[in-house]
Order: sequence, then C-alpha cells, then structure tokens
Amino acid sequence: MATRQTQFLARSLLTPAVGLLFIWMIVPLALTIYFSTLHYSLLDPGSEEFIGLENFRYFLTDPAFLASLRNTLVLVGSVLALTILLGIPLALLLDQPVVGRNFVRLMVIAPFFVMPTVSALVWKNLLMHPVSGLFAWLAKLVGLTPVDWFNDVPLFSVILIVAWQWLPFATLILLTALQSLDEEQKEAAEMDGASAVSTFIYITLPHLARPITVVILIETIFLLTVFAEIFVTTGGGPGLQTTNIAFLIYAQALIQFDVGSASAGGLVAVVIANIVAFFLVRIVGRNLEA
Amino acid sequence: MARMATTRRVVISTAMAWLFGFLIFFPILWMVLASFKTELEAFAIPPSFLFFHWTIENYATVQERSDYFHHAMNSIIIAGGSTLIALLIAIPAAWSMAFSPTKRTKDILLWMLSTKMMPPVGVLVPIYLIYKTFGLLDSRIGLVFILCLGNLPIVIWMLFTYFKEIPRDILEAARMDGATIGRELVYVLTPMAIPGLASTLLLNLILAWNEAFWTLNLSTSHAAPLTTFIASYSGPEGLFWAKLSAASTLAIAPILVLGWFSQKQLVRGLTFGAVK
Repeated sequence: MATRQTQFLARSLLTPAVGLLFIWMIVPLALTIYFSTLHYSLLDPGSEEFIGLENFRYFLTDPAFLASLRNTLVLVGSVLALTILLGIPLALLLDQPVVGRNFVRLMVIAPFFVMPTVSALVWKNLLMHPVSGLFAWLAKLVGLTPVDWFNDVPLFSVILIVAWQWLPFATLILLTALQSLDEEQKEAAEMDGASAVSTFIYITLPHLARPITVVILIETIFLLTVFAEIFVTTGGGPGLQTTNIAFLIYAQALIQFDVGSASAGGLVAVVIANIVAFFLVRIVGRNLEA
Repeated sequence: MARMATTRRVVISTAMAWLFGFLIFFPILWMVLASFKTELEAFAIPPSFLFFHWTIENYATVQERSDYFHHAMNSIIIAGGSTLIALLIAIPAAWSMAFSPTKRTKDILLWMLSTKMMPPVGVLVPIYLIYKTFGLLDSRIGLVFILCLGNLPIVIWMLFTYFKEIPRDILEAARMDGATIGRELVYVLTPMAIPGLASTLLLNLILAWNEAFWTLNLSTSHAAPLTTFIASYSGPEGLFWAKLSAASTLAIAPILVLGWFSQKQLVRGLTFGAVK
C-alpha cells in the first residue's frame, strides 16, 4: 500500500529529473524560436531587430534548403534501405547453426562502437582514397578505373560509411527478435509441408514486422542529424552535394554566423524530427501497456 | 534444438557467416594493421597485408606530438562524468516511477523519451550562445553537462525497464517484516538492481564516449575529447595515415571491449525496451 508519505517521497525523487529535462527542453527551444524572428548576425552585433517570419522565408526559399532536404531524404532513405535489406539476411544467417557464432557476432557488431569521426576518416583515407586507398588498388587489380569517391559520388560515399556504422544495429535487433521466435511454430509449418520460402514469408517476416519498424524509427531519428561523418569527410561539398539539413544549419550558425536564419532552420529540423517521433512514441507507448 | 542440422548446412552457413563477418569487420582490422606500419608503407600501393615492417613508433609519436593522453583523459572525464551524474539523477526518478507509479507515469515516461527526439541541431544556436556568454565553450564541465542532459532520458528509461522487473512480492515481504524504506533500498533493492545499473552505466559510457555532435561543436583544444582530436586529422591527406590509425585504434579499443560485453543490453537500451 502506498501511504501518503511514500507518495510524497516518490514525487520528490522524480522532481529533479523532470525539472532538468523540462528546462533542457523548453529554454533552448524558446530561445531558438525567439532568435528565429530576429535579424541577428554575430558578425554585425547590435543590429538585432524583429523581422517576423522573414528568416523562415529566407531559409525555406534558399536553394540550399531544397538541396539539403533532398540530400537528407536520400541519405536517410538509402541508409535505411541498405541496413534493413542487408540486415535481414545477415540476421537470418547468424540465426543458423554457425560454428563460432559468438565470435562472428562480435565482428559484425564492432562498427557500431567505433566513434563516427574514426570510421569516417578510416573509410575516407585508408579505403576510399582515389590513389592509395584499398578500393582503388582492388579496382586496378581487376582492371577497372579507380573511383574518386568523394568527388564523383560524394553523397553515395557518405551513405556507405553511415550504412556500415548502422548495419550492426539493424542486424543485432533483428537477430534478437529472430531468437525470440517460437521454434515450434516453424517446425509445425515444416511438418505441414511448407517450403523454406513460405515459412519465411508467412511466419518469420510477420514476426519481424515490429522490430523492423523499431529499427526504421530509431535509425531515422539518428540519421536525420548525421553530422560528424560529413564534417570530417566532405565539409558538405563539393558544392552542396553532401550538405544535409543538420550540416546546413551548422554552416549558417557557426560559419556564416547568421543566428536568425540558423534558428529558423533549427525549427524546421525540429518539426521534421517530431513527425518521426510521433510514430515512435506511439509504438513504444503501446509496449508499455503490456 | 529439436531440428536436426545437417553437416552440409552447418558448413555452408558457417562459411558464409565468417565471410560476411570478416568483411564487416575488415575496415577496423585494416586500420589496426595500418597503425603498425611506417607512414610510407601505410600509403604504399600495392598494400602489404601482414608482411611489412611492424613498428610501434606511431603510438609513441601520437603521444609526443599531440599529447594523446590529455584528450583521452578528457574523454574519460566527459563520458564518465556525464554518465555518473545522469545516473545520480535518474536512479531516484526511475525508482519512483517503477515502484510508486501514478496514472501520469506513462505520460511522463513518453514525454522524457520525446525530449531525446529533439535534433541537437535544432538547439545548436542557443546552446552555443549560452556557452559563449558563460565562458563554457571548450570546457569539460560544459560538455559533461550537455551530454548528461542528452543521455538522461535513455538512462531513466533503461533503469525503469530494469526496476520494473524486480518482483513486487519481495518488497511486500520486506515491508511485512518491518523494513523501513531506507533498509528496503539498501538491502533488498540495490542488490537486485545492480545488474541493470551496470548495463545502463556501460551503454551510456559508450554513447557519451562516441558522441560527436556537441563535442565537435563545443570543443576545440583544451577540452577536446578523442572525437574532436581524431577530427583534427581530417586536414592533411595521406601524410599521417599510420598516425591517424594509431590514434584511432587507441580511441576505439576500450569502447570496443566494453561494447562487446554489453551487446545484449544495447538492444534493450537503444529500443527503449521495445525489443528485448
């Protein structure tokens, strides 16, 4: 029985966390909203004035915004597709009887623990360098012309690096879900004469629907704000080819020092993330009831 | 296992699993190998895979020229400090929500989760300006603070899901036997909560160690942790591959080991309990 005393205690234990998170959420967001209505440049101090929605008009009609929105969508979509389409077969493979499975699993999951700046630089230099990279050497070995990755296909190069980092996450979650799949169900299907393919389509895949949704939502939240990989490899270029929304806002804030416009951009990013978050919170919330 | 695995099937799946596992791991392996090469060999075409002149001179140079341990210490302070403070705030909160839930508990939990969804770039401008005003740019305390807040929702969530699994009956029994709340906390709850606490600690150390948005934007030299330090190698091309590899190997080795230990909890923590 919860007495009034324990209730009071419970509430006072909860307060610091709630209070801090509340401040953390409200104060910067309120400031972002406030700055987004100002003409405010750090290069021109003292010239702040209220300009209404002018920053939003500027940010949303800037060709760089459309380019970066497109890049963001391509980046998120491609990495999602790659990690899930490769993650499903990989998880199925690791769910098979494999000698030394634990060791293989360690190798597969390792990229997830590598800090983004390290993976980006290792790929950029050691693997993707157009002259001395390993890929260039392999290409010449089979008689192909080496690809100048970050000049010819910059966005695709970034996608490859980010997909490599997130493939372990998708695989691990799908594998965890596969291992909780009832073995007897599959056996019963096999006894009834179901082929491996139809067992996969009618039993395994439906079972994976929920973990796949979770992977999509969580990856999307992180992929919308990919930053370090772009920062250390291309710096958003060449031109705007690898500038995503996160990088565009960073460039406006800390390279061009345009506080107002960067704040308007920040709010656009918040809105986009909230659309995704809406669905994720619903799925996780449903799980809380169980 | 009820189903018979034929030898042929085991051989094929083992070979394929090892092949793909090796391919995925290869960039890391390649980096570790490069860290033991001379700069000339690291850059050489055709590359040498194992038969090169092994040297540890890069590791010494990295420390000498760039004070590697200073940045490693920053990483330890920032990741460790932010995780510990987050735990101190989160333990009472999670305990309270798991054991004295009210009808608003679910809403509070979901609201906490939603703060984690806010893209950091959305608040980059105000945080940068606040830090600039208060002299917190390039300070360890500033980074500890922001990483702590950033990870707090995950810490609370993980602890909550672990605390929820502690059977209520045991608490009832302890109370029946006349245990006060303080004694209940020390003698009954803490021992049962330690595994959950340990995995929460581990996962958040990893997340904070690898965090590369705030660390890149808010630190330059004095407070720069390893993420920022490694990023400083992005400038000159080709000249420092072996040293970059040595610095990178040192930077990821401890976290790789921790990560391998915590892979089970990783799924649970990162999916907020939606996949176990």
